[in-house]
Amino acid sequence: MSEKKKRLAIIASKADIPGAYPPLILASTAAAMDYEVKIFFTFFGLNMLKKNKLNKLKITPAGETAMPMPIPQVVGMLPGMTGMATMMMKSWMKGANVAKLQELMDLSIEAGVEMIACQMTMDVMKFKRKQLIDECVVGGAATFLEFASEADITLYI
Amino acid sequence: MSEIKISKTLDAKNLSCPLPILKTKKAIDSIEIGEFLEVLATDPGSATDFEAWSKSTGHEIAAQSEVGGVYRYVIKKTK
Repeated sequence: MSEKKKRLAIIASKADIPGAYPPLILASTAAAMDYEVKIFFTFFGLNMLKKNKLNKLKITPAGETAMPMPIPQVVGMLPGMTGMATMMMKSWMKGANVAKLQELMDLSIEAGVEMIACQMTMDVMKFKRKQLIDECVVGGAATFLEFASEADITLYI
Repeated sequence: MSEIKISKTLDAKNLSCPLPILKTKKAIDSIEIGEFLEVLATDPGSATDFEAWSKSTGHEIAAQSEVGGVYRYVIKKTK
C-alpha cells in the first residue's frame, strides 16, 4: 500500500493539567487512526517531557473562572489553593475513568508519535538533555515547520 | 457469507475517551486480516468515535449494538 498517511502536527506550549491533556489525547488517538504524528514541546510545554514530571502537573484555580469550586477568585491565589484544585481535578478525572497523562504519553510513544523538545526552550529554562525522557528528540522551529508544511492538521495548544 | 467468528474480545468497559479507541487499535494489530474483533465499551461517545475510526483506518464495523449501556462493536480487520 503506497497510500500516504495523514499527518497531525501539534505545538504543545502549556504544562498545566488542562493544557497537557489535549496534545496527548489527540496525538495518541491520531496514531491509533493511522496518522503520522509529531508534537513540538515548547515554552512551558517542555515540562511535559521532563522525566517523572507528567503526573505532578497542576491546575491553578486563579483565572480558571469556570472551575466548579465554591470560592471567590481572589481566594484561589492563596497558598495551598493550587494543591487543592489539583487534588479535586484529579479526583474528578479518576471518577470519570480518564487516563493518566503518563499512560497517554506511554501509549503515544508506543504508537510511534514523535516527541520533539524545543532546543531554545531548553537553553532558556536550563534543561539538560538527560533531564528529558530518552524517547524525545531535540529540534528547533525548522524541524517542526518542515513536518507541519505537509500536515493535514496543525494545532497550537 | 459465513457466520461471524470472533477471534478476540476487548473489554473496554468503564474506560473514557480516548482509551477504547487506543486499545482497539492495539487489539486489531494483534489479529489477522479477515478476522473479527469484538469490543465492549460503556463510553457513550464511542458510537461516533468507532465510526470515525473505522472510516479513517478502513477496518470495517461488521455489527454494532447497545444493551443496557454496554456498546458492542464487531470489527473486521481489512488490512
